[in-house]
Amino acid sequence: MTFLSTATLVARKDLLVEARSREVIYTSLLFAISCMLVFAFGLVKDGRVIADAAGAILWITIAFAGTLALSRIFDRERQNETLRALLLAPTPRAAIYVGKFAGVLGLLLLVEGIVVPLVVLMFDAQLFRHTGWMLGLLLAGSAGYAAVGTLFAAMLARSRSRGALLPVLLYPITVPVIIGGVRGTAALLQPEADLVLARAWLMMLIAFDAVFITLSLWTFEPAMTE
Amino acid sequence: MRRLFPVLLVLCMALFAYAPFLILNAPYESTMGLVQKIFYFHVSTAITMFVSAFTCGIASAIFLFGRRPAADRVGFAAAELTVLLGLVVLISGPLWARKAWGVWWQWDARLTSTLVMWLVFQAYLLLRRFGGPGSEKLAAAVGLFGAALVPFVYWSVNMWRTVHPTTNVVPTLDASMRGPFLWCVAAFLCLYVLLLAARTELEKRRSRLDELYLALED
Repeated sequence: MTFLSTATLVARKDLLVEARSREVIYTSLLFAISCMLVFAFGLVKDGRVIADAAGAILWITIAFAGTLALSRIFDRERQNETLRALLLAPTPRAAIYVGKFAGVLGLLLLVEGIVVPLVVLMFDAQLFRHTGWMLGLLLAGSAGYAAVGTLFAAMLARSRSRGALLPVLLYPITVPVIIGGVRGTAALLQPEADLVLARAWLMMLIAFDAVFITLSLWTFEPAMTE
Repeated sequence: MRRLFPVLLVLCMALFAYAPFLILNAPYESTMGLVQKIFYFHVSTAITMFVSAFTCGIASAIFLFGRRPAADRVGFAAAELTVLLGLVVLISGPLWARKAWGVWWQWDARLTSTLVMWLVFQAYLLLRRFGGPGSEKLAAAVGLFGAALVPFVYWSVNMWRTVHPTTNVVPTLDASMRGPFLWCVAAFLCLYVLLLAARTELEKRRSRLDELYLALED
């Protein structure tokens, strides 16, 4: 089997399981709404959301919901004892990583498909005045988050205290994604959208993606060997 | 290293014993006065911390790709020292900031990137302690990612806002202050090498002891 077909199979399997059970989507949807409810108490003043808060709410909700999706994807593998079988398969490990990464990214984008309209509706954020830029930021940010997240969730899948350790590892390492996403979105949300600034943040996110996807591809093989 | 250790130890003690006199005799900075003297230890520990973080990153990479247990021990020791030095930086910094800026903490580039790095290496230590068997490799990946992360966090927070003095402070330092400053940097780097060597040796003996226990049981 070639590299690409292995990766496609792994990703397809994850998305198919999700399409049948819809577990991550339903939990993430409710989780995202609860998250926004909590933010609403802190960040809304006199019935209106305070300046620049909409971008922060969007990205923090994505980061939190992303952790949920990541741990579910690898919990499934662990419960069915399939992670070892997957690793024993005579294919390059990097292909398995790419497959898992694509699956996680797909789920993350699905969750964003729910969260973004919710933020637009509930916090009156004009996210779609510059649709192309916004989609670029979302895609680049999610890719970086999923790249690091997939690697650490996969490695933690066999660890004892994975539930507590995943956020502790993931949030500091994905700080550039959060900063880039939040500041880029804030630049787009200004009364006069600052496209130069948004472009700078988008470039930073793409550079982050390139470096961390490369590093993850390198590290996945040696780190997953027992 | 074993022969070098006592020599370095004496050198380090001499450097640290004389450092307070040098700092005392250095001129007062015109606007900040006495509190500016924290600078000599604060910046020296910060530089040593960054050296330590990159040491951990490189050692982690060697362990991951070369499978050398010795590299893992160096990485572990370096991660512990990064957290320790980071603690010194994060305590001495706010003491100075309170006087210089009027606040204990500012979300600027230097401070945020130091905090993020400190958190990443804390995560490394948490993993080593609570991760269970096989956590060395996971921790090594965290060390590698932590070292790769620094430029990104630095750039992004720099774009966002900055009040902390920039990197051109050190090259443009007054000659009368530069001497004591370089002296302190040398002292801390020397101390760092000593601590790293001692901690790595301890870890080496610990793993040797584990092997002996296992041999005894068989």
